[in-house]
Amino acid sequence: MLKIKDLRVSIEDKEIIKGFNLEVNAGEVHAIMGPNGSGKSTLAAVLAGRDMFRVTGGKVLYNGEDLLEKSPEQRAKEGLFLGFQYPIEIPGVSMVNFLKTAVNELRKYRGQKQLSATDFLKMMREKKELVEIDSTLTNRSVNEGFSGGEKKKNEIFQMAMLEPKLSILDETDSGLDIDALRVVANGVNKLKSKERASIVITHYQRLLDYIIPDFVHVLYDGRIVKSGGKDLALLLEEKGYEWIKEEAET
Amino acid sequence: MSTVKEKKDIKGYLADLFQNNRDLIDSGSSPPLNRHREKALSLFRKLGLPSRKSENYRYAPLGDLFEKEFAHSFNVKKVSFNIHDIFKCDIPDLDTNLILLVNGKYYNSENPLREIDGGIVVGSMAKAATEMPEIFEKYYNSMAGDTGDGLVAMNTAFAQDGVFIYIPKGSVLKKPLQVVNIMIHETDLMAQHRNLIIAEENSSARVVVCDHTLSANSFLSNNVTEIFAAPRAYFSMCKIQNEHNGSAQVSHTFVKQQRESNVFTNTISLHGGFIRNNVFARLDDEGCENHTLGLYLTDKKQYIDNYVKIDHAQPGCHSNQLFKGVLDDQASGSFNGIILVRENAQKTNAYQANNNILLTDDARINSRPQLEIYADDVKCSHGSTVGQLDQNALFYMRSRGIPEREARLLLMYAFAYEVIGRIDVKPLRNRIDDLVNKRLRGELSRCNNCVMSCG
Ligand SMILES: Nc1ncnc2c1ncn2[C@@H]1O[C@H](COP(=O)(O)OP(=O)(O)O)[C@@H](O)[C@H]1O
Ligand SMILES: [Mg+2]
Repeated sequence: MLKIKDLRVSIEDKEIIKGFNLEVNAGEVHAIMGPNGSGKSTLAAVLAGRDMFRVTGGKVLYNGEDLLEKSPEQRAKEGLFLGFQYPIEIPGVSMVNFLKTAVNELRKYRGQKQLSATDFLKMMREKKELVEIDSTLTNRSVNEGFSGGEKKKNEIFQMAMLEPKLSILDETDSGLDIDALRVVANGVNKLKSKERASIVITHYQRLLDYIIPDFVHVLYDGRIVKSGGKDLALLLEEKGYEWIKEEAET
Repeated sequence: MSTVKEKKDIKGYLADLFQNNRDLIDSGSSPPLNRHREKALSLFRKLGLPSRKSENYRYAPLGDLFEKEFAHSFNVKKVSFNIHDIFKCDIPDLDTNLILLVNGKYYNSENPLREIDGGIVVGSMAKAATEMPEIFEKYYNSMAGDTGDGLVAMNTAFAQDGVFIYIPKGSVLKKPLQVVNIMIHETDLMAQHRNLIIAEENSSARVVVCDHTLSANSFLSNNVTEIFAAPRAYFSMCKIQNEHNGSAQVSHTFVKQQRESNVFTNTISLHGGFIRNNVFARLDDEGCENHTLGLYLTDKKQYIDNYVKIDHAQPGCHSNQLFKGVLDDQASGSFNGIILVRENAQKTNAYQANNNILLTDDARINSRPQLEIYADDVKCSHGSTVGQLDQNALFYMRSRGIPEREARLLLMYAFAYEVIGRIDVKPLRNRIDDLVNKRLRGELSRCNNCVMSCG
């Protein structure tokens, strides 16, 4: 589904991703862990199409096609979803309007007919229950005045609405209490299927108690320095990142 | 009439134009209006046209606007047309809802003054001046006459007609009144009309004004409106400027408010090559409330200039200015907002905000908030921003599959809605909402549709 080969990314002449390789197949869950500043969010943003970063080398294939050529909206239509580490507040744009536009764009792309207002609201109601999101939140502007936890739940809610093929969740777990964490995990697990895949970026092992990854990768200084199964996450939890850094530097 | 203008002496040219056509101007108007002309002309001779040296017009490229060759509305025969041919839509209740000015003159000559909702008088200014002389004399030019602006004096000298609205004590105008200003002529035309609105004690009324051009000629209009709000009167006016880009408009609005009155004006500028809006409001007694709002959505080479002065002359008044604009292409403009709080005006609350989004590197705006505060117990604030669309918000939306164009529109629309959302009549708000949406989408090239009556 996704093949990343020797990817290099810079911002303002500073190289952040320094030769990154990863292959994700349908049905898999990958966890990417790593200390702050190692480049996790940069990687996620580049995959979603943020143009402030400059790709200086390597390639990314998504379903066999060059992903980096495509606009962010095209990637989204083809099933890519990024759960933002810091979701953006958009004053004046209502959640309903925002999501209706997004859902209908997607349906247009898939050759489905546009949802009527009532069908859309019904769909919203169902998905809201799934993520246990406070129902008044959807009457507000996108993320405006949402608490940290509400913003994260809102990312999962959007994911549930858009039903992506490949979701990349960038620290959707950080700053969440145990209930919210369960909701986030639940959202990911509900979408899990043979046709879909997820990349879960996380700092802590905690989330991985709920979302069982098939692979765990450690990103350090723009490169994957270690890969393994879910036990690697436990090891990191126990020993911290120091030993990884030491190993990587020698 | 002379056809060659001395470029340097445009003031002299306009004064001569007046003198040479005095009979024509008078005969197309009425004696009470005519009696104000001579004095206004001397004032115009004294003041001249505003130049860039005059502080108030520092940024406005009035330049050669007045030097162009125009026919003048006093010289133009009544254009006759069937309104239904021109407006594509069906306008119900023409006689009660709608007032039409064509090239500055009241159109319905069979019925120049009419009464609606028991006692409210609406109609032709020239007619009202003779029919209601006491009211007319008490108010006409009582604010505009003190101006230091030569354009206002010129209007008083030349204006033959316009809209007159009298809302007597305690009366309520149920449906909003719609005034449609149409400019239509087979050559380039200059017109100057004059409106007078008197809202007596405890009255309530809402007016919508739409400016349209219906032929492709150059137009120049220089209009003056005086609004008087008596104690506890409520008056709101929403003006939609939608002339083609070959037209220029200078619009002066004077507002005088008495105790606990509430006046709301909202000017929405969509199309028009050169637009200058002046709003002067004097809060002349305690407890007044004033809301002066504006929204401008411009592109190509449009120029939009809003100049607002709120004069807090008495204690305990509240004023709020909110102007927002989105400028595309090489559009440019200026905002000047002055809050004057006089020595005696304690417990004043006065707010002002001007926010702009520039969509290109070539678009420009000058934003100048000015506070002149001579009282000590006041709450004032002003803020002015000039920025671009939020790139993070754009990316967020696009990452959900929303195309860039749509994402930009959603952001622009969200920005504009703060002004639209304050329109107090829901159907009108929805109409304007729709117009703004169309404007942002570039689907409103020349809108002949009235905001109130058609879709
Ligand atoms: N917009 C930016 N401008 C400059 N440097 C950036 C920007 N975004 C990220 N970086 C730098 O890139 C590196 C990786 O950051 P990031 O991808 O956010 O790491 P992580 O998500 O793993 O914590 C850091 O050194 C950070 O300072
Ligand atoms: Mg990060």
